[in-house]
Amino acid sequence: MDKSVKTAKEALAKAKIRDGMTIMVGGFGLCGIPENLIAALRDSGVKNLTVISNNAGVDDFGLGLLLQTRQIKRMVSTYVGENATFEKQFLDGSLELEFVPQGTFAERIRAGGAGIPAFFTPAGVGTVIAEGKETRTFDGKEYVMERGLRADLALVKAYRGDKAGNLVYRKTARNFNPMMATASDFTIAEVEELVEIGQINSDNVHTPGIYVDLILRGEKYEKRIEQRTNRPKSGARA
Amino acid sequence: MKSESSKERIVQRAARELKNGFYVNLGIGMPTLVANYIPKGMEVFLQSENGLLGIGPFPYEGEEDPDLINAGKQTITETPDASYFSSADSFAMIRGGHVDLTILGAMEVDEAGNLANWMIPGKMVKGMGGAMDLVAGAKRVVVTMQHCAKDGSSKILKKCTLPLTGKKVVHRIITDLAVMDVMPDGLQLLETAEGVSVEAVKKATEAKLIAMDVKVGTY
Repeated sequence: MDKSVKTAKEALAKAKIRDGMTIMVGGFGLCGIPENLIAALRDSGVKNLTVISNNAGVDDFGLGLLLQTRQIKRMVSTYVGENATFEKQFLDGSLELEFVPQGTFAERIRAGGAGIPAFFTPAGVGTVIAEGKETRTFDGKEYVMERGLRADLALVKAYRGDKAGNLVYRKTARNFNPMMATASDFTIAEVEELVEIGQINSDNVHTPGIYVDLILRGEKYEKRIEQRTNRPKSGARA
Repeated sequence: MKSESSKERIVQRAARELKNGFYVNLGIGMPTLVANYIPKGMEVFLQSENGLLGIGPFPYEGEEDPDLINAGKQTITETPDASYFSSADSFAMIRGGHVDLTILGAMEVDEAGNLANWMIPGKMVKGMGGAMDLVAGAKRVVVTMQHCAKDGSSKILKKCTLPLTGKKVVHRIITDLAVMDVMPDGLQLLETAEGVSVEAVKKATEAKLIAMDVKVGTY
């Protein structure tokens, strides 16, 4: 089955995007973000979105583009430090925000996609994160209950994909993309290389096509670097 | 003491916490610098919570790869034995107790081993990132920090005043003045920095300090 479409715009139209949707967006910082789908989402003008994404981009790239146009009403994230637009909208009350510890964030999405409505984790026990949540002691250690997380739509980025929707990620651009692909009612994947069925070794597929509804080759990739850091003479590690 | 040299001192002392074969996650900022002081001949695997085991040196100019960054969003390289995985796998590794050691910064620590390093009420909060999962999951948690705030007040407290990152999670504290372990009955002073007396550490510490067999001036 050929799940490929030509453009991000076409994909979003087929996904029937609308105001008030909850959308998961892959990426860590600007690494592994679906650039073309984010741009198309901005151009679509849909608003009052709840966006579930680890970060909020920077002012003029990534999810920052949707903040500039005030299309996002609520964000669920783990860290939003690199975005002044975000800070301004949060402080003036026009943007709602829910912080989730990063491991809990990843597991909530994984659980959401795996049919697990809730789970217990030690992260956040005894902090504001656990306030109002059920806690339980297992084998003498305290855990807090967290809920699985799902969305109406997931926008993910992979390096390579075939027309059946099988995806292969590259290096740390994988991050939250595989779980998000599983945790939504509709998943669109954009890739740098779209290949024919049979051109990806089945043993090397990271995200099986069952999770992907539509796939497209991104029109252009900027792949901006947030913190360009080079090796000093001493050969220091990162 | 200039803050740059005191930072260097903390980082060098923290590097002594590394052991051959350790899988280690270094926090953003000062802890990241610990990687510069891995003793020659020692093999340590550095984990990056955004999905990499085997962080290599920063890339040479022109060799940066936008698909390869650390948790601080800096461009990095991979070691020959590196592996990549999703964020869910990464935190399974952390939460599941497979990471031997995490070294991270702090705003406040107290004598019960509580840690505060993610938010100051009234200020814009950037988020906790992976800190809460790391301190709850790593086998060993070492905190590196300045002993006192700029106004001279102690950051090693009886009870943290800021919202916590983790409850009873810290094993060891390394500051510009001293090394202390969290014990059931208070903080045990193990070492002092060069030129720092036990008395000086006591004076700079609000928490209950147990000072027996202290090694003075070890770093």
